[in-house]
Amino acid sequence: MHELGIMTSVLDAVESAATDAGATRVIAVNLKIGEMTEAIEDALVFAFEALRDLPEYGLCKDAQLVIEMVRPKSECLECGNCYEHDRFDMLCPKCGSFATKLIAGRELEIDSMEVDLPD
Amino acid sequence: MQIDLKQPILEKNDRIASELRERFAQNHVYVVDLLASPGSGKTSTILATIDALRDEFNIAIIEGDIASSVDAERIKAQGIAAVQINTGGACHLESDMVKRAIDVLDLERLDLIIIENVGNLVCPTDFDLGENVKVMILSVPEGDDKPLKYPGVFQVAQAIILNKVDTLPVFDFDVEAFTSSVKRLNPQVPIFHVAATRGEGVEEWAEWLAERIRQA
Ligand SMILES: Nc1nc2c(ncn2[C@@H]2O[C@H](COP(=O)(O)OP(=O)(O)O)[C@@H](O)[C@H]2O)c(=O)[nH]1
Ligand SMILES: [Mg+2]
Ligand SMILES: [Zn+2]
Repeated sequence: MHELGIMTSVLDAVESAATDAGATRVIAVNLKIGEMTEAIEDALVFAFEALRDLPEYGLCKDAQLVIEMVRPKSECLECGNCYEHDRFDMLCPKCGSFATKLIAGRELEIDSMEVDLPD
Repeated sequence: MQIDLKQPILEKNDRIASELRERFAQNHVYVVDLLASPGSGKTSTILATIDALRDEFNIAIIEGDIASSVDAERIKAQGIAAVQINTGGACHLESDMVKRAIDVLDLERLDLIIIENVGNLVCPTDFDLGENVKVMILSVPEGDDKPLKYPGVFQVAQAIILNKVDTLPVFDFDVEAFTSSVKRLNPQVPIFHVAATRGEGVEEWAEWLAERIRQA
């Protein structure tokens, strides 16, 4: 359970980027979270809603959090197959190989933000 | 207006971890981040590993586990440098804590640092500490279903130690089922069967580690 820490980093980064951009407010924060990470979607939302009321996040106080969960994806190093899979089974579904490499699913990324700029 | 940020959420942690990784490499120090539940035998495994490797390598231990200034004492009693990190009750270590801890170590002299992370199978998995490998320990009494409950840690580990194998006869632990669920999660990971307090199986694990330390 470290979603509070993760969200503090997100809000720090977004508040500062929005300030730098001269924004008047942040409308939405878009995250990409890999399903192989330990960050739980509901807990992220809960942390975001608790934290955005803090005075240091003035630009974010009405922002929406939009989370895109990224499905794990691996590449088979033997047959070249690229395939999505769940959190529990990474073997190549085509040839059964154990020689596979995870290429997506560990993202913890701030993708973008939606802001209002002064006219 | 939409503004692209495309930055890692844990940017600060990742940046410090990269700096640490570079410092470790410059000093040819190999670093292990050890993950496990409380009581699974992290400290016992560290002590057994020290025993096996101390003739060849200079070793230091960083203790991050919460209830374990005791652990640091157990290690110092063996004549090995041990630094206690005060995590303030945190559920995982972060790279800046490690950075502060290594200030008191003579990196140039060292070959191996083992970091005993906070006893927790969830939170430490997402945090890079600048280590060369994350190694996880599962102990037999915890049960063979743990890969299905905590897939993340079994997936990030580059080696897995199954500890307390001396207790297999008294626990209903299905080694085959365990191995097959680990292999589905992390197809190439080696699994070492160890009884740390009896020194069983330690040699194979220590040799795996020694090969990597020699190349660092
Ligand atoms: N039977 C058995 N007990 C062990 C083994 N390794 C550790 N223990 C015991 O498990 C308990 C917790 O060990 P410790 O190394 O302190 O675990 P940590 O909390 O993960 O650092 C202690 O009572 C150890 O003696 C083992 O291989 N076999
Ligand atoms: Mg311990
Ligand atoms: Zn394949």
